[in-house]
Amino acid sequence: MKLLEELYKEILLRHYKHPLNFRTLEGASVKMPGVNPSCGDSLELYLRLEDGRIAEAAWQGQGCAISMTSASLMSELIKGKTPPEALELTRKFKAMIVDGAEPAPELGDLRALAGVHKLHARVKCATLAWNTLEEALKE
Amino acid sequence: MPLTLESVRQDFPLIVGKPDLVYLDSTASSQKPQAVIEALERFYRESYANVHRGAYSLSLAATDAYEQARHTLARFIGAQPEEVIFVRNTTEALNLVAYAWGLHNLREGDEILLSEMEHHANLVPWHLVAQRTGARIKAIPLTPEGRLELCALDELLTERVKVVSLVHMSNVLGTVNPVAEVARRAKAAGALVVVDGAQSAPHMPIDVKALGADFFAFSGHKMCGPTGAGVLWGRAEVLQELPPFLGGGEMILEVHVDRSSYARPPQRFEAGTPPIAEAIALGAAAEYLMGVGMEQIWQHDRALVEYCLKRLDEELPEVRTFGPRGKDRGGVVAFSLGSLHAHDVACALDQYGIAVRAGHHCAQPLHRKLGLASTARASFYLYTTFEEVDRFIEGLKQVREFFKDWL
Ligand SMILES: Cc1ncc(COP(=O)(O)O)c(C=O)c1O
Repeated sequence: MKLLEELYKEILLRHYKHPLNFRTLEGASVKMPGVNPSCGDSLELYLRLEDGRIAEAAWQGQGCAISMTSASLMSELIKGKTPPEALELTRKFKAMIVDGAEPAPELGDLRALAGVHKLHARVKCATLAWNTLEEALKE
Repeated sequence: MPLTLESVRQDFPLIVGKPDLVYLDSTASSQKPQAVIEALERFYRESYANVHRGAYSLSLAATDAYEQARHTLARFIGAQPEEVIFVRNTTEALNLVAYAWGLHNLREGDEILLSEMEHHANLVPWHLVAQRTGARIKAIPLTPEGRLELCALDELLTERVKVVSLVHMSNVLGTVNPVAEVARRAKAAGALVVVDGAQSAPHMPIDVKALGADFFAFSGHKMCGPTGAGVLWGRAEVLQELPPFLGGGEMILEVHVDRSSYARPPQRFEAGTPPIAEAIALGAAAEYLMGVGMEQIWQHDRALVEYCLKRLDEELPEVRTFGPRGKDRGGVVAFSLGSLHAHDVACALDQYGIAVRAGHHCAQPLHRKLGLASTARASFYLYTTFEEVDRFIEGLKQVREFFKDWL
């Protein structure tokens, strides 16, 4: 249980029960669905871009504690960022989760998810929101 | 007579080699006994050659072994060898029927009758064929317990229904459907009857003649066989009339540059080099299972599932299970723990060496019906012990404790 104790901390519980920016966004510039076909978890990401920045981010969906926390914290972190900055954060987050890289300080509370790297089966859960963000920013 | 478990477990090298593992995912794929691993290896080491081609003795020996496997699989399901087509798996078998039969027999306005508990393998091929032919898809609804709503059947079985394709045993609910009865009524209404036997063939005695269907599909890898070989059984008269699905070598009578004629069944449906070693090893798997006794395996699964459900009911009220309670229920337990997501539960159980699956188990329409995106699922087989069920229950209690603030 050591891996789980390191991972399932207070912060996951908080975001699982009370996810941030969990709503739809009127007048969103981009609305992007994301699914994890293997497990059926899905979310919808809404971004409002203004003056080349992500002025607002919101999302709705269902998933496990890891995917909910990831989406919740991501939606908070990318607010006010330019698309290239958001993509750079995506790269750093994935490096931490997929490759096991040292967590970048800019990731803030998301660093709490670093332990997911050791739970291979959960990598997809942690990256769902970020993959959706990448798709959304391509548009 | 109960299974002599210790001897059965000794037959499975992976299980012997991992005494701490509690493998509860046989519904996805089963572990392999030594006899099957050896059959694969022996064939490659001693008799390997392509089949139905060479005039040399090695190829003839390989062909004999391959055809012998066909006989064994025929015996396994009470069929004639000419009715046994080797395919990759259930998915390919169902695609074969949908394309070869469906594209030629379905017209606009015809109906395809499925059920709400189908695996995607018995949904998507029909979607593809319906799009091309203009046929419509309907589904037999489920009762709240997870059985087929048979009262609805007469109304659903209109003369427009040309095919009824149904799962024999659900891979989520464990429900064993009364296929023989549905087949009788469907045939009376003039429909073709297809049975997805992916979960039934590994776990209970099968007599395709008694089922009264036209096609029966199953996968080798779920019944102790290797990956890459499965079976489509087709009633001889139906196969006789069925056009090919895939074209190529081995399935022909005569080929010209611009046209060809086809071999008789089953060769007509086995284009190209088949999974020779896998089919032979699947024969060894069928022999192994028949040696243990399919009825014994079924009774063993039944006893385990009853025991597991009873303990869950009594000791873990936070756990919700799905599927019927009764003799029509196989060794599959899909469940949820409080409001926890199935991934979190399965991942936590994995920390105790307990392997259960989490997700929609390729049955999204069913999960939509249950109102859940995913469930966790424990499933049993001939090598599963009561002690493993105990460890599963104890593991779940620990998980409940770990997540007590989350529930
Ligand atoms: C009921 C049912 N049908 C079809 C399949 C598909 O089997 P395969 O993946 O071997 O083609 C499965 C396996 O998961 C199943 O449980």
